[in-house]
Amino acid sequence: MIYLDYSATTPVNLEVLTSFEKVAKDYIGNPNSLHKLGSDSYELMNRAIEQMASLLNVKSNELIFTSGATEANNLAIKGICYKYQNRGKHIITTKLEHSSVSEVMHYLSNRGFEISYVNLLDNGLVDIEHLKSLIRDDTILVSICHVNSEVGIVQPINEIGKALKKYSKLFFHVDGTQAVGKIPVDLTNIDLYSFSSHKIYGLKGVGCLFKQASIDLEPLLHGGKSQSIYRAGTPSLALIVSFSKALRLSLENLDEKYEHIKKLNDLIRNELSKYEHIKINSNEHCLPHILNISYVGINSETFMHALEQHGIYVSSQTACSKLDGPSKTIMALYNDKKRAISSIRISLSHLTTEEEINLFLKCFDVEYEALSAVLGE
Amino acid sequence: MNNIILIKYGELTLKKGNIKYFIDCLYKNINHKLKGLTVNIIKDNRRMFVEYQAKDQTTIIDILKHIAGIYSFVICYKVASDLEKIKTEALNLVSKEKFNTFKVETKRSDKTFKYNSNEISRMVGSYILKNIANIKVDVHHPELLLNIEVRKDYTYLYTNEIKGLGGYPVGIQGKGMLMLSGGIDSPVAGFLALKKGIKLECIYFESIPHTSIEARNKVINLIKKMTKFTNEINLHIIPFTKMQETIYQHVDPKYMITIMRRMMYRITELLAKKNNCLVIVNGESIGQVASQTLSSMAVINEVTNMPIIRPLSCMDKIDIIDIAKKIATYDISILPFQDCCTVFVPKHPVTNPKLEKAILMEKTFNYEDLIKECLDNVITIKITDIEQDNLHNLL
Repeated sequence: MIYLDYSATTPVNLEVLTSFEKVAKDYIGNPNSLHKLGSDSYELMNRAIEQMASLLNVKSNELIFTSGATEANNLAIKGICYKYQNRGKHIITTKLEHSSVSEVMHYLSNRGFEISYVNLLDNGLVDIEHLKSLIRDDTILVSICHVNSEVGIVQPINEIGKALKKYSKLFFHVDGTQAVGKIPVDLTNIDLYSFSSHKIYGLKGVGCLFKQASIDLEPLLHGGKSQSIYRAGTPSLALIVSFSKALRLSLENLDEKYEHIKKLNDLIRNELSKYEHIKINSNEHCLPHILNISYVGINSETFMHALEQHGIYVSSQTACSKLDGPSKTIMALYNDKKRAISSIRISLSHLTTEEEINLFLKCFDVEYEALSAVLGE
Repeated sequence: MNNIILIKYGELTLKKGNIKYFIDCLYKNINHKLKGLTVNIIKDNRRMFVEYQAKDQTTIIDILKHIAGIYSFVICYKVASDLEKIKTEALNLVSKEKFNTFKVETKRSDKTFKYNSNEISRMVGSYILKNIANIKVDVHHPELLLNIEVRKDYTYLYTNEIKGLGGYPVGIQGKGMLMLSGGIDSPVAGFLALKKGIKLECIYFESIPHTSIEARNKVINLIKKMTKFTNEINLHIIPFTKMQETIYQHVDPKYMITIMRRMMYRITELLAKKNNCLVIVNGESIGQVASQTLSSMAVINEVTNMPIIRPLSCMDKIDIIDIAKKIATYDISILPFQDCCTVFVPKHPVTNPKLEKAILMEKTFNYEDLIKECLDNVITIKITDIEQDNLHNLL
């Protein structure tokens, strides 16, 4: 098997899994109980959160644990919109968002909020001048993904955050799910930042929202005492601890891992660009972890299944978006429907080896040739 | 190791006769805290130098910020005492900074160096001016201050000073017995005492089952935070249940707190003497609760002649909380466990107790035996700054 779908989800790191098991087994107390078992759990939870906060260079009380990045995005966007709707009901976002942002926008647009989409430059980066021109007196939120999940474009969130600083009425949310653990993240100029454990070799079922301490949010879930007042429910200690460990491990040797992946990306990119009908959708502003291509004339799903016969797992669009219809990201970037219905995402990891890539390239060649017979004119 | 931190002593240098003793004590404390790191510590009468490996810089800065007796420290650069080399390194150093105005200040302890301080400042200053565009000298309010210290073999250059804790090295003042309750105030009082050079032992009164084992853990965790400023603290746990229950049975509820505090002082004094402590330290702050009004303090204090240091006596709660947050004890202190001062609390404790009444009430039960029992059954735990941490491998 050659797994090349690490941006959909990653296999759990065994050290992380061991921590999860140990905590689940040995720390049975609710961190909010006042007896010894409770305070043991409480102490461990605090330590795990402190570690995460220090890795991200933020304060412990600025992290809210959720069931995943989807909930974190929902909490950030709805939480701000519900809390601050008396200031205005205008939101700005991009066409490059993951569905856990774009669907929330869609939901809010049916409930009296107005959504504007910022233009992209030719290279896929947000047009900051246009963004500024979109800001109105009633704009309360700007939401932009740090790294796009389909092609991997990295937005200059720091620069955008700085530009937004002078608009004191609005908040800046960033979906960092595809960025954390892959590139250094600086949260100085960001108000809210979502990310998830299962993209960084942690377990599924836990995510986190960073929220600057001074900002208020309307919670989505109400209930008893929890890890944060913004999210009720018994804290999932084992998940939180394992998440903290996953984050620590994912940030170790970040540069080295990045270089390794970059090398593999270059290798694939060089080979695939030799094919006549292959268009490379990921440009120089994209993370090396993601390489998006289109076999123009062949549906995404068809080619994906063709590779699957060889035990190679890639993805068509993102695992979370609906399969029918052209990729919104590719449409936004290239405005080319043929390209958008044939896009394939190859996503790499520091675990990926050169042998795997060579084998992938061989199989790719076989399937490319086989399918070229069914290409139209 | 070309990375050097230069440490300035502050108040220490005022203590002429004992300076060697002070510096030795600080040296010992710094040496202890940097154990495990590859460093070389050099001391002299005015400065201390720590040579270290670049990778440890953040760790070392954090450690030094928590050591009492350090007025300030700077990360500095060492060059041979040669004017050309000093100029080059100075330029190299300031070009990393962003500034519009600057000043060069030189100290020359090596009087054989062929230029005097002013000449060196001028020459280095003009060299920098020539090589960096759009900057000016401002001798009154410079944005960047470049310090040059010319010593015999080497010259040290540095810019930004990092403020230390100040105070005196822990240990030079002998020991104090801190009354620790688990609240916000007592750890802050302990910290301020440590900062003034007092080595601490702690006394904690426990009333199991009215108070829980978690309350004890809370106190242990507070002490763990305090060990960041010292190397170890002995915690003496006094089993106080019987005493407290007896007071409850024999004393007018209004006077319960007064009598209880008098008993605590008696026990603390005896324990302090036994452990060679010269003073009692506590977190009392005037007017904060019924037992901390001036008349209460007078009646309670009457049982002991030992000096009582109350670093917080004249501070406002809000300022105390500020310090508690800075020393990271606040979040532990506010955990909601009962402590022995919050059980058996009367609705209306007396704020203006009379000494005669208190003495009369104490005659209704044999407290001396109870005190002896408390002291005989004390549990002592040594808490060191080396974290024995089993959570570490989970994270």
